[in-house]
Amino acid sequence: MTTTPSSQNLPGDPGTAVPAEAGGDGRTPLLGRRAAKVDRLAELMGERADDGHGAGVWRTAFRRLRRSPMAISGAVIVALFLLVALFAPLIAPYSATSQAWGNEVFPNQNVFVGPRAENWLGLDNLGRDQFSRMVVGARQTLLVGVVATLVGFCAGALLGGSAGAAAVLGGRRGAWYDNAVMRVIDMMLALPTLLLAVTVAALVGPSLTTVMLAVGIAQVPIFARLLRGAMISQGSRDYVLAARALGVRKRRIALAHILPNSLGPVIVQSTLTLATAIIDAAALSYLGLGNPDPSFPEWGTMLADAQRFLSSAPQLAVYPALAIIVTALGFTLLGEAMREALDPKLRK
Amino acid sequence: MSNGTPLLAVEELSVVFGGRGSDEVRAVDGVSFTLNEGKVTGLVGESGCGKSVTSLALMGLLPSRGVRIGGSAVMRLPEGETDLLRLPARRMRDLRGSQLAMIFQDPLSSLNPVVPIGVQVTEILRRHRRMGGSAAAKEAAVLLDRVGIPDPTRRLREYPHQLSGGMRQRALIAMAVACRPRVMIADEPTTALDVTIQAQILELLKELVTEEGTALLMITHDLGVVAGLCDDINVLYAGRAVESAPRGPLFAEPAHPYTIGLLGSVPRLDAPRGEPLTPIRGSVNDNIAWTDGCAFAPRCDRYAAECLEGPPPLVPAGDGHTHRCVDPAEEETE
Repeated sequence: MTTTPSSQNLPGDPGTAVPAEAGGDGRTPLLGRRAAKVDRLAELMGERADDGHGAGVWRTAFRRLRRSPMAISGAVIVALFLLVALFAPLIAPYSATSQAWGNEVFPNQNVFVGPRAENWLGLDNLGRDQFSRMVVGARQTLLVGVVATLVGFCAGALLGGSAGAAAVLGGRRGAWYDNAVMRVIDMMLALPTLLLAVTVAALVGPSLTTVMLAVGIAQVPIFARLLRGAMISQGSRDYVLAARALGVRKRRIALAHILPNSLGPVIVQSTLTLATAIIDAAALSYLGLGNPDPSFPEWGTMLADAQRFLSSAPQLAVYPALAIIVTALGFTLLGEAMREALDPKLRK
Repeated sequence: MSNGTPLLAVEELSVVFGGRGSDEVRAVDGVSFTLNEGKVTGLVGESGCGKSVTSLALMGLLPSRGVRIGGSAVMRLPEGETDLLRLPARRMRDLRGSQLAMIFQDPLSSLNPVVPIGVQVTEILRRHRRMGGSAAAKEAAVLLDRVGIPDPTRRLREYPHQLSGGMRQRALIAMAVACRPRVMIADEPTTALDVTIQAQILELLKELVTEEGTALLMITHDLGVVAGLCDDINVLYAGRAVESAPRGPLFAEPAHPYTIGLLGSVPRLDAPRGEPLTPIRGSVNDNIAWTDGCAFAPRCDRYAAECLEGPPPLVPAGDGHTHRCVDPAEEETE
């Protein structure tokens, strides 16, 4: 049995004063390794004796997640972001739109106001409180990210799920349907995501809905392929044959048996997609295809606006850029950690 | 031995894979047997002899593309005799689970890992017996109790991984017998289980067969299972039945060299210590097409020139005993 480094220190192990690597507490390496093995064994037995129920896939995955530094940092970032976005009006000290300090900032004369006690991140080029704008901007980002991911998830799952089910259970006609759907998906996949999103946004015209729709549609092929692949691989499993041998209807086999077993990778993908969606949405706003309503601050738009004053007030570009990067990083870390935790091949 | 007409009469069943460019594979080639009420019929042979393909063909679970099925499998149903191989898919789906049921080899992979046992059992009751939610749940508990799972109401809420191997197989059997099928097919139901559990499961199957009058087709490579359970036995080799007989005659006077080889290769407790096992030479791949002669000839100890003079006919040897050998073992061997 091999032990992964992350599984060696038990959570909340009372015995070791130093919660460092196994064997780091004064014992010889051999003893340390053996101790780690024993710990691991105890842990495994503990899991078994736990509640007499054994541990489900999700539960073991969650246990593994809790011990992964990647997952924890990702989760902390995501949690912070969610808190800020949800409670933005309570956190933001000033209005995000009022030009209360308009008489202090003169972009034409290169007069900007940096961080100060009153305005933690300084003022933007129109004399608005930058911190408040950043906080309120998180809402927009969250909204776009979540809705776009939902759009991609739903449409992708519908297309991929129906194609997968048809391929597994539909016989000749099902295979034809699967082929037709997947060739369209392949064509969508051949276009770069951002290009696809820009095309959609350009066709519909700039608005908040456009951004969400465009970013969502760009994610559809990934979800569709993923779910279809998972469903087809599940379709050849014994339990599907067993269900067929018991005369269970095709629709029920697809929805109640194959689908729930195929959702794992798709759920993980949605976390990763959130990160992409946030970046894509910011990119669309940056390109001027975002929400044209100036009363809603948006990180991408802020970045685009700050570009003109990059030499005199670089901080105006740095804040939203950092926010975008860190948020996307948070979702990516969490998503990757989830993927690893759920992937049995990476597990052992 | 059987009372009245058989429940399921399989005649000259053949399954051919491939075609259109690629080489055809005759996985099953003219297999005939009958299943009778309350009796267990065994299908014995080594891997690749067509045991599982036979069962899937009878269940209508083979893919429709690239497979040709011949022969007939006439089943006695309440509404009359029906050839299973010619039923439309929809009709077949209604029969599966209600009149015909199957138990698979690996109980863990045959249960859906993310669906509680209870849902998987009740789904059959709702499908075929049109039961409502609470009635189905009650009946499911009765079924689990019937197959010897203690504390059924708790087990119904659990997931397959929370059950032991034996209990999983019991749950699968409960699902198979949920609608009191007339014909049950068990495809190596004990292979994935350890020996003590094997015995319990076989005991359970025997009990269900005698009490419900179900006909059971037992597919196995384990001669111990055959000896303990089956009433009639068909020995398959390379897709054809080489010998068919009731249990007694088959074990007492095996006629076909392959059957003799199978029986000889089983380790015996009463054999002297250190005595080597007698294997059958070669492997299943070393055979010739049945159309050219006896497929077993290349591995046979009693091989003679006449073995290659066309396909060996089915020879009756009395008492329901038939075999396919031109030079069968003498009755009075040893």
